[in-house]
Amino acid sequence: MTPTPDQSLDDQPARRPLRLELRGIRKAYPAVVANDGVDLAVAPGEIHAVVGENGAGKSTLMKIIYGMVRPDAGEMLWEGREAEVRSPVDAQRLGIGMVFQHFALFETLTVAENIALATPGRPAIADLAPRIAELATRYGLPVDPMRRVHSMSVGERQRVEIIRALLQSPRLLIMDEPTSVLTPQAVRRLFETLRQLAAEGCSILYISHKLDEIRELCERATILRGGKVVGICDPRAETPASLARAMIGAELPGFRDAAARSPGAMRLTVTNLSKPADGPFGTALGGISLGVRAGEILGIAGVSGNGQKELLAALSGEARSADATTVAIDGAPAGHLAPAARRRLGLAYVPEDRQGQGAIPVLTLSENALLTAARQGLTRHGLVQFGKLRAYAERCISSFDVRCGGPDAAAGSLSGGNLQKFIVGREVLQEPGVLVVAQPTWGVDVGAAVAIRQALIDRAAAGAAVLVVSEELDELFEIADRIAVIAGGRLSPAYPARLVDRDAIGLAMTGTFPPVPGDAAPVPHPPTPEAAHAAAP
Amino acid sequence: MNGLLPILIATLVAGTPLVYAALGELVTERSGVLNLGVEGMMLVGAIAAFAVAYHTGSVPLAVLAGAAAGIGMALLFGLLAISFKANQVAAGLALAIFGGGLSSYLGKSYVGMALVIPQSQLSAAAADIPVLGALLGPLHPLVWLSWLVFAAIAWFLYRSRAGLVLRAVGESPSAAHAIGYPVIRIRYAATAFGGAMAGIAGAYVSVIYTALWTEGLVAGRGWIAVALVVFATWRPERCILGAYLFGGVTTAQLFAQGAGVAVPSELMSALPYLATVLVLVLISRDETLIRLNLPASLGKPFDAEG
Amino acid sequence: MPLRLERRPQPSTAMVYAAPLIAVGATVIVALVIFAAAGHAPLDALVMFVTGPVQDRYGVGEWLLKATPLILIAVGLTVGFRAGVWNVGAEGQLILGVIASGWLALKFGPGGSPLLLPAMIVAGGLAGAAWAAIPALLRTRFNANEILVSLMFNYVAQLWLSWLVFGMWRDPAGFNFPQSEPLAPAALYPIILEDTRLNIGLWIALAAVLAGWVLLSRSYIGFQLKVTGLSDAAARYAGFSTRRAVWLGMLAGGLTAGIAGVGEIAGPLGQIFPTASPGYGYAAIIVAFLGRLHPIGIVFSGLLLSLLYLSGDTAQMSLGLPSSITGLFQGMMLFFLLAADVLIFYRIRRRPAAAPAAAPVASATIAEAAP
Repeated sequence: MTPTPDQSLDDQPARRPLRLELRGIRKAYPAVVANDGVDLAVAPGEIHAVVGENGAGKSTLMKIIYGMVRPDAGEMLWEGREAEVRSPVDAQRLGIGMVFQHFALFETLTVAENIALATPGRPAIADLAPRIAELATRYGLPVDPMRRVHSMSVGERQRVEIIRALLQSPRLLIMDEPTSVLTPQAVRRLFETLRQLAAEGCSILYISHKLDEIRELCERATILRGGKVVGICDPRAETPASLARAMIGAELPGFRDAAARSPGAMRLTVTNLSKPADGPFGTALGGISLGVRAGEILGIAGVSGNGQKELLAALSGEARSADATTVAIDGAPAGHLAPAARRRLGLAYVPEDRQGQGAIPVLTLSENALLTAARQGLTRHGLVQFGKLRAYAERCISSFDVRCGGPDAAAGSLSGGNLQKFIVGREVLQEPGVLVVAQPTWGVDVGAAVAIRQALIDRAAAGAAVLVVSEELDELFEIADRIAVIAGGRLSPAYPARLVDRDAIGLAMTGTFPPVPGDAAPVPHPPTPEAAHAAAP
Repeated sequence: MNGLLPILIATLVAGTPLVYAALGELVTERSGVLNLGVEGMMLVGAIAAFAVAYHTGSVPLAVLAGAAAGIGMALLFGLLAISFKANQVAAGLALAIFGGGLSSYLGKSYVGMALVIPQSQLSAAAADIPVLGALLGPLHPLVWLSWLVFAAIAWFLYRSRAGLVLRAVGESPSAAHAIGYPVIRIRYAATAFGGAMAGIAGAYVSVIYTALWTEGLVAGRGWIAVALVVFATWRPERCILGAYLFGGVTTAQLFAQGAGVAVPSELMSALPYLATVLVLVLISRDETLIRLNLPASLGKPFDAEG
Repeated sequence: MPLRLERRPQPSTAMVYAAPLIAVGATVIVALVIFAAAGHAPLDALVMFVTGPVQDRYGVGEWLLKATPLILIAVGLTVGFRAGVWNVGAEGQLILGVIASGWLALKFGPGGSPLLLPAMIVAGGLAGAAWAAIPALLRTRFNANEILVSLMFNYVAQLWLSWLVFGMWRDPAGFNFPQSEPLAPAALYPIILEDTRLNIGLWIALAAVLAGWVLLSRSYIGFQLKVTGLSDAAARYAGFSTRRAVWLGMLAGGLTAGIAGVGEIAGPLGQIFPTASPGYGYAAIIVAFLGRLHPIGIVFSGLLLSLLYLSGDTAQMSLGLPSSITGLFQGMMLFFLLAADVLIFYRIRRRPAAAPAAAPVASATIAEAAP
């Protein structure tokens, strides 16, 4: 597919060598070909985007460049010369740094220890501190070298990762989905740092599926689809729609017009819910109140680690409250009830973690259906009705177009999007009156994301109260009627989605809750310094 | 003082196998590997050392043989738990059961035989040291060595870069892998070290402590060592204290006789096991304390490609 | 290393069943080596080793007799193992069954009541369950590791039994041997196969197999246990109680082990010795795993390990090898089983050629890989 004209390239001394060039990279996993003949060229000082939807092969490609995954075939050229990267150490030696989407940090160690571990030449911690301070001022990345990572917000953690990479004076910095965890304000600050780095000659590979950001930041973009390069372009000259079309290979599917939903009776209420932090890594919940009516979707935005996990546990019943009235389902006090009892009241819940919480990868889809749907006549006298169970699983599969090998396929054999469709189907088909969903489309492909969001809208239209916790602001603006923000374990008032903009939500993420537009009353909960601290990027 | 000295010496003597085995397991667990098979490694180390001591009469050779046997067993475990990503609890149980079977098979012809080990010349020399000699003299140099090993491990874990790397691997193997550390190799090394220490502990029991071989000689000390690591919340200084605490409990009969108390010997023998349960309960009830100190990846296999 | 493991897209069902056979096969190979090293014709020795114990009706009776406690305990342990509850205290729980039923037998045996035997079974089972309840309580109440606690109580139970048999239970007419007086006929299990020692314990074990199968394979509770064992997070999400799983798992193991203890003194032993069991409580762990944590599989693995116990004696008498070879083979089998289990989730592949970076992309591979 890629005849490699090595010689001709080397014979052109006049041409400025590329910082990085990949030719015909291929990597196949048992179930999927992640990279299929991928070419990539990055010039010095260039901010180059690698764009593609979930599962397009972006992460695998970056791991290959960084030496974490060995390709099956293909070659890599570094500054015009062939290079073999067998491990991250090789990559670092060449001058490649990487900032991971799920940070590669050690929580119980200090910032300095974390940085020392990743820095060759065995620097003493004492010598590192001034170098960290210097980089911090130069690039506007303030961190305290002696702090332990577990006490830091995600934004601060990202700074540690960036400094760790910069300490090795990289000539290529890979940023893998860096903004998925940041507030809009923090994203802007990150972009300034990246532009400064690029101006100094460091190339940047910027991996993202957020098209607005790519158009704002990057000079060139390589678009991946199904493991193959389908286009190279200047994103500044493109529209979000044209980029999306290239990324998906089709028009972006739209939503069916949801019948005008009029909010009905209050189905889910949370009243003054407070909880102490569960250990040093947890977040305390402070006086959370909210209500979701029939036919309504309430979105909860926020940077991860601000109490989402704790709130969801309190809603699902995984964490119970001594005070029954903190949570009410259709008016019935439920704060003291276990998950199964809440389900009997009409609650359904789709958790964030698909592999190991919402579903168990090694079990079949049938068995996974039994996880929460036993009350759909799937058991009798304590015995499992295997025939009915299979039929229920088949119904989930067909109603939600789950691509799989049938009800006996292991959940782990499905793609993220298909497994999520199955889980959402399993919950929705129980026709819950209250549906709580966490990160509904995290890591799923666009087609599945649209189907899942449609299912949530349809469920609300059918009279359910739907609560969606998501870090994707776009998603919330797309489907939610009202949006509230969780920051430092406290919840902002719920803003009507049509009346607020991203900046107001971004501000709320820092713990400063603006008043509800059109609402003369003052903000009910003045932010506390702790909350602002915990949310600060 | 004179009345206490024999008790102190007995405590140190009885605690030493636990010092070795527990410190070894501590290092293994700090890398994220839970090897429950200490009992099996100790048993095989014990019989290997006993056989070598029986045929050569050399204690150093016997200890080396014990350590080598422990390493061999640990590598078998590593193959299952690290390379094959087997459930570490099951693999540890398998190692314990296998070690029991192997040691009684190998030891069949030695059952009931006793070693005649002359007093170590080093100990004899140490006995002449003023003041300390009264304590050091009756103790085998392996006991002294355990103190050096303890100091070395404490330094390694908290002061050396390699120790930092080990702790990092135990906390997050995926992060360690991402920044270029060979997680699998480090875990193998930590597991092998734990095996060597368990082997030395076994050698101490069969060659120095009892100087005779019976089936199941180690009598649960390997399991107590595993419990001690939890009790010590993965800290070497608490580990050595705990080991001597148990040494004291093991020699409770001495205390009881000294106090003129007549209790069934079976009850006395049960004390270390009951004490193990007691300290486990005391330490485990504080879940936060455990969670703060537990190597976060303990017991979870690591898959670099996954 | 030229070989590497590659994760299968879907766990292999075939390998789930093949792994125990691989483990047995590997153990046989080691056995052949040991026999050859001891100077025997390996195949002949193997045949002798395996068939020697079951040449006659009595031998077959012994085979089933020894399989009985192994199967019974393994079924009980499986309830816990499925839920990730590691009861390794069956040996001690068996001993508690001996102590409780032994006390009844010694006290009421001479009375000859027909209710004695049922009472012994109930008391033995309850005592085993009570012994298992200690680690269950300490785990659910104080978060103490049940493996270590249940194991410690094996040693305590053993010392307790020794204390009794060396002390107040010692037979005055027993020439000072540490053993009780022989149990009265009313305290003994009826024989079910003439000219053998095989007794109704076998029916108890088979009833346990049936009950275990319904519980684990057909019932909703069994499903909940399985989920709890696979993922804490999923169990919490689904609302399956971990505490209940711990209690159920520990008590089931304790109950069956206790009843197995009754079967030893009311069956082959006929009196109480300080050593009540040749390690059945530990061997049952292997039986459970080798039987794939499935009651039907456990019947087969129980028969296999029971044969291994008998073969140990054959080895000693006919092959001049120590009978402890049984323990060696038992441990090895579990080891090989866990090793073979890797093939359920992974397959073995040759590493790609050493320098993949330079290899041109062959068009054939792309065509083959195109979805």
